[in-house]
Amino acid sequence: MSETRKIAVTINGKRYEEEVEVRWTLADFMRQQLGLTGTHLGCEHGVCGACTILFDGYSARSCLMLAVQADGHEILTVEGIAPSEEQMHPLQEAFRDNHGLQCGFCTPGMLTTLLEFLRDNPDPTEQEVRIAISGNLCRCTGYQGIVAAALDAAQRLKAAKEAS
Amino acid sequence: MTEMGRSLPRLEARSKVTGRADYVHNMRVPGMLHAKIFRSTIAHGRILSIDTSAAREMEGVHSVLTGEDITRVMAKPYFGPAFHDQAILALEKVHFIGEPVAVVLADDPHVAAEAAKLILADYEELEAVFDEVEAVTSKAIVHDELKPAGTFADLKHLAGRRNTNVTLDYQLRRGDVEKAFAECDHVFEHTFRTQQVLHVPLESHASLAIPGHDSLVIHTSTQTPSFVRTEIARLLGWADNRVSVQVPFLGGGFGAKVYVKMEALAAALALLVKRPVKIALTMEEQFYTISKHATTFRIKSGVSKDGRIVARACDVWWNGGAYADIGPRVAQKTGFTAAGPYDIENVRIESTEVYTNRPPAGALRGFGVPQLVWAYESHTDMIARALGMDTVEFRRKNILREGRPQATGTAMRDAAIDKVLDCVAERMNWTAPFDRGAGAIKRGRGVGIGFKASISPTTSGAIVNISADGSIVLYTNTIDMGQGSDTGMAQLAAEVLNVPAESIKVVHGNTDVAPYDMGTLGSRSTFHMGNAVKLAAEDAKAKLAALAAEVGLPEGTNYDVKEIFRKRYGMQAGNVVGVGTYVPRYTPPDPKTGQSDNVTPFWMIGGTGAEVEVDTETGHVRVIRLVNVADAGKPINPKICRTQLSGGAIMQLGFTLTEDMVFDGGQVTNPSFADYKIPGFRDVPVMESELVTATQETGPFGAKGIGESSTFGVSPAIANAIEDAVGVRITELPIRPEAVLRALRAAEGRPLEAV
Repeated sequence: MSETRKIAVTINGKRYEEEVEVRWTLADFMRQQLGLTGTHLGCEHGVCGACTILFDGYSARSCLMLAVQADGHEILTVEGIAPSEEQMHPLQEAFRDNHGLQCGFCTPGMLTTLLEFLRDNPDPTEQEVRIAISGNLCRCTGYQGIVAAALDAAQRLKAAKEAS
Repeated sequence: MTEMGRSLPRLEARSKVTGRADYVHNMRVPGMLHAKIFRSTIAHGRILSIDTSAAREMEGVHSVLTGEDITRVMAKPYFGPAFHDQAILALEKVHFIGEPVAVVLADDPHVAAEAAKLILADYEELEAVFDEVEAVTSKAIVHDELKPAGTFADLKHLAGRRNTNVTLDYQLRRGDVEKAFAECDHVFEHTFRTQQVLHVPLESHASLAIPGHDSLVIHTSTQTPSFVRTEIARLLGWADNRVSVQVPFLGGGFGAKVYVKMEALAAALALLVKRPVKIALTMEEQFYTISKHATTFRIKSGVSKDGRIVARACDVWWNGGAYADIGPRVAQKTGFTAAGPYDIENVRIESTEVYTNRPPAGALRGFGVPQLVWAYESHTDMIARALGMDTVEFRRKNILREGRPQATGTAMRDAAIDKVLDCVAERMNWTAPFDRGAGAIKRGRGVGIGFKASISPTTSGAIVNISADGSIVLYTNTIDMGQGSDTGMAQLAAEVLNVPAESIKVVHGNTDVAPYDMGTLGSRSTFHMGNAVKLAAEDAKAKLAALAAEVGLPEGTNYDVKEIFRKRYGMQAGNVVGVGTYVPRYTPPDPKTGQSDNVTPFWMIGGTGAEVEVDTETGHVRVIRLVNVADAGKPINPKICRTQLSGGAIMQLGFTLTEDMVFDGGQVTNPSFADYKIPGFRDVPVMESELVTATQETGPFGAKGIGESSTFGVSPAIANAIEDAVGVRITELPIRPEAVLRALRAAEGRPLEAV
């Protein structure tokens, strides 16, 4: 069979040591080997952004990376955004409340991309939001609710920060 | 009455933002094999041989199967909703580049994909036809014989026809068009074309078939679970109840996932190899699966000197591609609206769907209406301009008003055409002065308005189950593919049962437990399933009241639901099951004249206003503002309605400006998101989505469907705005900068060289 390699990777705070086929993409590895199916595959060539994850804190297309490249790195997927089982992240709440999703297939990539963006730009303009997520495609919503959700999330995060 | 008009968040929002929502895309079961398809490389030909030996020998390959193998479990392996013309895997002939010819099964999908590349097929090539007008008279015949499925009464007369590519020649006659043309003051004739485009939901089609001892479970991304069950059972010669179709959430549908797509292949393979088989298409494979009809539409109008349209003749050709799919229904159901939402005494419509050697076309958000509106609203605008009339005023003068007969003779009811047009004009500040731009950048604005009939004959059923603790489960085969139907249906049941919608559990897409439904298509669910859900909830409520009376609880007292069950069964036990079935009234149109006194259960109305900037040096068009208005009846969840409007409008914006399946001799040359450009965040103009609140008297609490309405007017509104800005008329989609520049230069008398 194909060549394999052992990798150690931390995903959503949990450490995995896994034997992985060297030809596998990171997305396939997470989805099929680890069962983390929250990350979706749309176009599988880096255009749609549905598979976007945070790789050491930076957004990356998991369909364009190999699993072995993740060895020794930290990854955050949509499953790791919420602070706990009971509680959602303000960004997730904003998506729910502003109807920032329809079919939900692109949503994981939208959330991870925006998580990085709002961390670096806590007080964005609408135009900045549009540019920040312009690499993610959505076929359902017409984008209006997603922009509204991102701006609302910025406000919620700011309020949470001021409260703490 | 608290649930109607409440914009609660979607019931499933939490599962979707935390990565827990189920899609077939994610499903795996023990022992599952992955199927990858080997596809035809020629547009039309007879299969001479298929060499699968190299693929079979590849390590990790379980098996390689062809059309002949399929016949071992399905003797007549042809399917389709309108015609039984689609072979599960090609038999004898191939009809388009991309047609499934053979399949590789392997534990690893990548191994299966690699092995599929090793298959070789030899063909005797036949003459192919690609154009919808040429196909009517072409010597190239795509299918030897027409095989209507028997589902639709108005297709039965086509059975056995040979030497034709015409899958339906629908016609409508009202008044005397030729006489009116001869007698009126002005006659205008134009021809418009639209390109082949496709749905590209982000989740490509996926089906997982699991064989049992004498049964089959199919988990599939379908919009039509009831149809899939019946069609698979028919192919197998089984009773329906041996096939179970189960549908989680869909990652988008838009019509791509109606009727049978990958389900028949998955089912046959699973039964052949006696293991679960999953077929998950890639984005590229969507381009070979289903698309939207390219069209040619020749439209001719007679107009009186005071600006009344007195006659309209419509000749529409629909490019159905290699399989009929639901195309003949597009030609008929949509065809009868081809003259537009106008009050015209004399109408003639010929709506012709043809086979060609392109990938098949079927239903896509609007079911053909956007192609028609593109033509009739461009044409209508051109007439108004030629007469020197304001384009909105000209429409106002001619639109169909409440109670007036549409071209089929059906009187318009609950169709807020006037209100939608007024709302568009008002939001556009139509009568106020408009900034026309400066220098090379010119600005213009335009409107477009369209209408669509709903589906009939058709049936929806629903079940509402009240448990002994008072909690409620709603069973429905309406599929939530993103449009928010779970939430809307829960709101309707909640409205009847006086509970919060959030407390209701919705079980969707399971043919083992939920009753028959025609399908989640044509914006029919809110109206049809909505009525069924309302009836089921009312039935449950009545049964609960009867149970309360039976146990001696006086009518009108404020008792706890639990108390009823406890009194009746002596403990927390039992349940109340309410059932609802909705079948709207319908009169089939006369086959010769297309006349009917009740041609649709309800009308959908949508209008768009567009403001554009045109760069006269490059031909580049920038849409700067898009106002989308729809008649929403009484909206159940206004925010969800608005996301439907913005989503539909942006999709149509893509079909207007950038999206195009580019062909080279039948081969799609841009089958990927890198080369087929759908709108992104930065392509989106300032958008306004407005609901005109009317009441659909026959709808559940006055509601109607709106999932397609915002697509209607977008394309012509943009073309009309371009003419308004720079005085040139584009008659073919998509509107590429090159086309605009060519038109501009031609108008200046210094045309660009032809390519």
